[in-house]
Amino acid sequence: MGWYNKRLAKSIWVFHVSASPCNNCDIEILDLLTPRYDLERFGIKLVGSIRHADVLLVSGIFNQKVGPRVQQIYQQAPKPCFVVGIGTCPASGCCFKDSYNISKNIKDIIPINLYIPGCPPKPENMIAGIVKLVEVLNA
Amino acid sequence: MSMVNNIPVGPFHPLLEEAEYFNIVVDGETVVDIDMDIGWMHRGHEFISEQKSFTQSIYLVERICGICSTSHPIACVHAFEDVDNIEIPERAAYIRSLVGELERIHSHLLWFGLAGHFIGYDTVWMWAWKYREPILQMFEIISGNRNHYGMMRIGGVAKDVDPARIPEMMKILDMVDDKMNMIIKVAKDDPVLRSRLKGVGVLTHKDAVELCAVGPTARASGVNTDVRQDEPNDAYGWVKFDVPVLPNGDVYDKFVVRALEIIESTKICRQCLEKLATVKGPILNNVKHISAGEGLGRYEAPRGEVFHFIKTDGTNRPIRHKVRAPSFNNIPTYVASCKGIPLADALITLASVDPCYCCTERSLKVVDINRDPFQIDLLKLSREKTQQIRSKIHE
Repeated sequence: MGWYNKRLAKSIWVFHVSASPCNNCDIEILDLLTPRYDLERFGIKLVGSIRHADVLLVSGIFNQKVGPRVQQIYQQAPKPCFVVGIGTCPASGCCFKDSYNISKNIKDIIPINLYIPGCPPKPENMIAGIVKLVEVLNA
Repeated sequence: MSMVNNIPVGPFHPLLEEAEYFNIVVDGETVVDIDMDIGWMHRGHEFISEQKSFTQSIYLVERICGICSTSHPIACVHAFEDVDNIEIPERAAYIRSLVGELERIHSHLLWFGLAGHFIGYDTVWMWAWKYREPILQMFEIISGNRNHYGMMRIGGVAKDVDPARIPEMMKILDMVDDKMNMIIKVAKDDPVLRSRLKGVGVLTHKDAVELCAVGPTARASGVNTDVRQDEPNDAYGWVKFDVPVLPNGDVYDKFVVRALEIIESTKICRQCLEKLATVKGPILNNVKHISAGEGLGRYEAPRGEVFHFIKTDGTNRPIRHKVRAPSFNNIPTYVASCKGIPLADALITLASVDPCYCCTERSLKVVDINRDPFQIDLLKLSREKTQQIRSKIHE
């Protein structure tokens, strides 16, 4: 995979999956693409279809209705596909961890490779996270 | 010969920021009917809130929606204050209104961008979001966070505005004013925006009244409704502003009404900042206890009226917390405004009410296919309980 990963790291195409978040991480993800931060200059691009994506950006707590659909989406993604959990929700459940409607084991639904905690993480923080992913892919 | 087809959109669709499922019924290219399936974003806020203390509850309602993340806390603290008629200091009232109006500016600019994205005009998206960044900077100056400000407390606000930084914020507001005038001019001149928005997805005045639309959706259809003007709380009674109302009800009017609202919001922000430079005093009344009772809180969120109901029993947590978000009223207008328009215009019409599904999805339908219907179960349980109570009384 080493050869493939190095090519992948040059231009990461991301697909955004909102698995019952509060929308805040999602607007911060979109913020990354707009002129202030402009991630497209590094070749990172938001794509419309999961079949074009190299990296999934997931945000939210995965409620019981959306969980199976996220799993289905992950199965449709071409492998190798890396998953980045944006925000505190995929990492720990944030303030929703006592809710009756959340999936208890996110790890069973989708394997998350990288967590970027924060509620919501600042765009600089997200860029730092993606840089770490690129470093790992290049190693 | 008619060809009626179903077109499924979602739950993960490139044009939907949130997971949402629409079933659009089309005859040829014309939309005949539209149906939606909710529950993808349901997180059980009302249930969690009933197990948290009052302060934690405000933190929680902030996370109902990331875009209106100060409207819900404002309505929530109003509901708590309504139980005991708690007064807030004058300075706190100005800070609350300032944060609320800044949020309206950022939310409307966000919508401009997304509307541009939906009609395939990404230049509008990039421009609107570029001018939104300085507003987020203002939030960072005031509260320390770009989103989820954590400013609201029962009896006041959490953080004070530093008077030394007011001139800096005034400059940002001037810039926003300038750019909004430009965007209104663009909307009037640009052939792409006019042809994609003018006369598309009309929501008539009659439909808007019958379907109880709120916020900019209603105001673009000629319904003059605004909580800030009808029932002024916080600093809204002390500042001067207009409520723009437009008659046509199409997407273009919804676009312009939001642009005009931003200009009104900058006016309110300026008046609040001027007052904050002179008004001195505390920002928080210390509230130790909330007695048993019921409280209502209303606030004009960027999308319309948000409503919170609190019932307390004298302990430190609400025993019932009911939330009604503006999109709950606005989403039923889809059928009225989408019927008979081409499919290509349907998505921008859906987006034109600025729907927020995170706010809306408060309820859940429980279906247990292996057991008797739910109602019969409840009836049985209730009869059993009555029997128990009766036998206890007889003892």
